[in-house]
Amino acid sequence: MGVYINKDTKVIVQGITGSTATFHTKQMLEYGTKIVGGVTPKKGGTEVEGVPVFNTLQEAVDATNATVSVIYVPAPFAADAIIEAVDADLDLVICITEHIPVLDMVKVKRYMEGKKTRLIGPNCPGVITADETKVGIMPGYIHKKGHIGVVSRSGTLTYEAVHQLTQAGFGQSSAVGIGGDPVNGTNFIDVLKAFNEDDQTEAVIMIGEIGGTAEEEAAEWVKANMNKPVVGFIGGATAPPGKRMGHAGAIISGGKGTAAEKIRVMEACGIAVAETPAVMGETMIRVLEEKGLAEKCKTH
Amino acid sequence: MNIHEYQGKELLRAFGVKVPNGYVAFTVDEAVEAAEKLGTNVTVVKAQIHAGGRGKAGGVKVAKSLDEVRTYANEILGKTLVTHQTGPAGKEVKRLLIEEGCDIQKEYYVGVVLDRTTSRVVMMASEEGGTEIEEVAEKTPEKIFKEVIDPVIGLSPYQARRLAFNINIPNELINKAVQFMTSLYQAFVEKDCSIAEINPLVTTGDGEVLALDAKLNFDDNALYRHKDILEFRDLEEEDEKEIEASKYDLSYISLDGNIGCMVNGAGLAMSTMDIIKHYGGDPANFLDVGGGATAEKVTEAFKIILSDANVKGIFVNIFGGIMKCDVIAEGVVEATKQVGLEIPLVVRLEGTNVDLGKEILKESGLNITAADSMADGAEKIVSLVN
Repeated sequence: MGVYINKDTKVIVQGITGSTATFHTKQMLEYGTKIVGGVTPKKGGTEVEGVPVFNTLQEAVDATNATVSVIYVPAPFAADAIIEAVDADLDLVICITEHIPVLDMVKVKRYMEGKKTRLIGPNCPGVITADETKVGIMPGYIHKKGHIGVVSRSGTLTYEAVHQLTQAGFGQSSAVGIGGDPVNGTNFIDVLKAFNEDDQTEAVIMIGEIGGTAEEEAAEWVKANMNKPVVGFIGGATAPPGKRMGHAGAIISGGKGTAAEKIRVMEACGIAVAETPAVMGETMIRVLEEKGLAEKCKTH
Repeated sequence: MNIHEYQGKELLRAFGVKVPNGYVAFTVDEAVEAAEKLGTNVTVVKAQIHAGGRGKAGGVKVAKSLDEVRTYANEILGKTLVTHQTGPAGKEVKRLLIEEGCDIQKEYYVGVVLDRTTSRVVMMASEEGGTEIEEVAEKTPEKIFKEVIDPVIGLSPYQARRLAFNINIPNELINKAVQFMTSLYQAFVEKDCSIAEINPLVTTGDGEVLALDAKLNFDDNALYRHKDILEFRDLEEEDEKEIEASKYDLSYISLDGNIGCMVNGAGLAMSTMDIIKHYGGDPANFLDVGGGATAEKVTEAFKIILSDANVKGIFVNIFGGIMKCDVIAEGVVEATKQVGLEIPLVVRLEGTNVDLGKEILKESGLNITAADSMADGAEKIVSLVN
């Protein structure tokens, strides 16, 4: 179980011959991910880590029946790679690539309307269903199978939350990085919905950051629809306005997107917000105890 | 990336957006020469800095003769302007825009931005020109009109018309306003802007629709395909340490505190600043070394942090994913070899190759305080600095 991917999911790596992609293909294979093919134009017929490489994604899909792809291609070509995945009718495409021009993503999102493919990212760490499969760049060893879902705009903060949970003996169902860009394929609400419907997941940690209003919208959705407890954290409480804090999406502009406002709305919607990033795990455990779920969620 | 008003106007002019005639001047003589070339009765002398609020700070003057142009240029060039956007230190004026004056009938606002909620580009317009749009949005939101733009179709003429009617542009100028707006949208998408703000847009006595000011920002991620925009970059407007960091693809922002931070990942870097504050400290910078950093990049990052005289201690907080802990450790050791280390250093390592990283630091013999978690690290660096 878990969301989006499981141990049977067949995955293709787009841009597999690049050094980052090759490194992570190896890591994913070691974790148990079914990487069945790779794509790099003009490298068709070769192999990477024993995985066959194809010239086009369609060829790779035809030969392997894969339903998911992960993109590591450089930013100038990444939008095209996403469109290629949509045209190959994949269920899911996970785009790790960062620094994609935002207007490219505006076009991609427009193109994806009405199509069946779901996009996660770009500029994200990927998705992991603990002890089953990982599609992305997260360090596998910190994850343990369990009942907590994690969704986040930030890669390293996801690792931080997962690590805290695992150390305290609380495993995870899936961890989903939705990425730090202003235009992304999957938002908090999409992932919260998926966790709400997933039998393995008992509670969710949602990690946001300054910029935009996605956290506020998600909090309202949680209040109206979610039947599992949600714990939150917002990074960037002390960030100065008008400065882009690394992520293209993390900027306070025109007085909007502040951490204070996000935390206020989340708390008003019944989400317990961790005061510092160091207590995300603790806050979750406290909430689980309050709801009588701690025993069920303690996995190791 | 930010550019100057005169550069923005030059760019807009090329897309058919009407702007007043004007020239850039770096000296008082050039300013007078420019005014002569313009040959208009009224000339505007405008300070060119990368910040708004110039008028209120005395950076915009209307001259009625060449002598006045000389006087104002003399006064403004070299002056440090302090506006609500410059910070208390202000910014020194090194360039002027010498522009023809115009007979303003009314001021409006037009802006193009990305709307994150719809994942579309949006054009906004208001009758309340000349004031901060945030203020209008807060006090009289009903006076801001928006059109969401389909990237396939672009800004439809009817949408531009609807905006123009909504903000009460006079009937006889509607077509010119539509032309203005469609050209502005064209410039925005073709040059990968992140913001294109015209405040004010004015109608004039001689029946023109003009951009009296122009604030253009560009998507850094798209600059690779706009070499012409890169040429507009004014390094004097940027922080020295930020320029140095950008050479190595490091995401660095200077802050006012005394604890230097080196972190991987934007979210973790922001949260590291937050937790330092939580324990009573004050971060000197935001620094995300990124995922694919080499030991050399880490060395440069460390040197940049150390070059800040305010820094009294450093906190390295790494959770390796793509980033490997041994690479961070090597970079830190190399940097301290090159430039020395006389202030406290707290290191927290976790993630990919963590044991290897810890080993490298241990063997280096450097005076490093190890931390078990980010809270532990933040607490330690704050107590060491205070």
